[in-house]
Amino acid sequence: MAQLSNTLPRVAEPGLRRTPLYEQHADLGARLVPFAGWEMPVQYEGIREEHAAVRTHAGMFDVSHMGEVEVEGPGALAFLQRVLSNDVAKVEVGGAQYSCLCNEDGGVLDDLFLYRLGGDRYLIVTNSANHGADLAWLGRWSRQLGDVAVRDVADRYAMLAVQGPHARDTVTRTLGIELPPRMRVATARIGNRPALICGTGYTGEDGVELLIDPEIAPAIWAELLDAGVVPCGLGARDTLRLEVCFHLHGNDLTPDRNPIEAGLGWCCTEGTGFVGADAVARARREGTAETLVPFTIEGAGIPRQGNPVLAGGEEAGSVTSGTFSPSLEVGIGIAYVRTDLAEPGTAVEIDVRGKRRPARIASKPLYQPKG
Amino acid sequence: MTLAEPTYPDDLRYHDQHDWARIEGEVATFGITWYAQDSLGEVVFYDPPEAGSTVEKDATYAEVESVKAVSDVIAPLSGEIVEVNEALADAPEKINEDPYGDGWLVKVRLTDPGEAEQLLGAADYVALLG
Repeated sequence: MAQLSNTLPRVAEPGLRRTPLYEQHADLGARLVPFAGWEMPVQYEGIREEHAAVRTHAGMFDVSHMGEVEVEGPGALAFLQRVLSNDVAKVEVGGAQYSCLCNEDGGVLDDLFLYRLGGDRYLIVTNSANHGADLAWLGRWSRQLGDVAVRDVADRYAMLAVQGPHARDTVTRTLGIELPPRMRVATARIGNRPALICGTGYTGEDGVELLIDPEIAPAIWAELLDAGVVPCGLGARDTLRLEVCFHLHGNDLTPDRNPIEAGLGWCCTEGTGFVGADAVARARREGTAETLVPFTIEGAGIPRQGNPVLAGGEEAGSVTSGTFSPSLEVGIGIAYVRTDLAEPGTAVEIDVRGKRRPARIASKPLYQPKG
Repeated sequence: MTLAEPTYPDDLRYHDQHDWARIEGEVATFGITWYAQDSLGEVVFYDPPEAGSTVEKDATYAEVESVKAVSDVIAPLSGEIVEVNEALADAPEKINEDPYGDGWLVKVRLTDPGEAEQLLGAADYVALLG
């Protein structure tokens, strides 16, 4: 064996942060790995079992490493309309919306969810690896536009994603709270502390994301565990999101790619004049050289990030995320390919460490959740 | 699902890259150790070499993949592959369930049986794992 170093359990590295649920993960025998500066559980019992639990029952993920940013003030809407790609004016109080954060060239700095908590009060949930850079970027634009405060509130929340066909009824029964519908946010009291419940997720299944007081997170985790919710790590989180073709920033989205080539034109409203709108409008009008598409391997082989995509023996793209799909039991991935190859059904090959594996471009999602 | 406890049989010889060899005369069976399969997680794909090809001590001869990662498999000894474990194509999880039995990878006719002296006994391999 070789190259095991990226999968080995490690001792805590200096500077790695731990979530409020670290002890719970350690007690459950989780394999903990460094992830975006945090020591996070990648799996407990096994990725396939955890994956299946979310597809058929209910699983929970500690995603406390994700960042939260509060945006408040009379200028909040104008500010968000400027920095986010989607039409923020459409978000009602209690609503949620997915957006890109773009640079002036239309490159994707981050992808994130926005929740409207009050008239001029919003919450943004960032990817942990980008949280610091997002804050700096948002801070700069807020000072330029004025009448808005941007606050880092990441330390105020632990975040638990409970996902799966039985997630909602289990959370309702266990915590005794009403849940908002999909794509809505509600305030509640959990563990007698203020909390936010979001009808969102990253698995394709129904469920909620709970933003709770870090102090009560261990007790809530224990209650859900007792109720039969299966603890799931980042490994299953990745296979689940890839089956339903949700983007992972840093892999599938980068500051060098615009939302149009990433297939995120649907969350860009260039008419709002957001930062990067001109570049995005040009990409939409003129088309892009490459397009992000899902694909399925036909036969053996598991694609991985960085594998070349071949068409007619020539290099025609690159895999940005690849894995073994536990639901489909076949290698799947997403890749930027030459736009003329992006049509679903197109046959390509993936160069998996020197072996050419036949693959076919597919449509989204690769796996249809049964609900 | 898998062997819950670390197990390192005394009758095997170990390579420090977490491979084992069961030497029976001129032929040896190769596989990966309990530690290797545990570190990798659930194996979902084994890409075997072809029977008749040669393997060289310390060089890669196959790949095993879990959901999350791919690992090269290193030959503990040199020789010619006389048999590959075809059953693993449909049931790669045997590598986790029974790494020293049904999860064997290849059988090799040794070209230099003396190389075995460079391998570790179970106690020394366990000491290496710390």
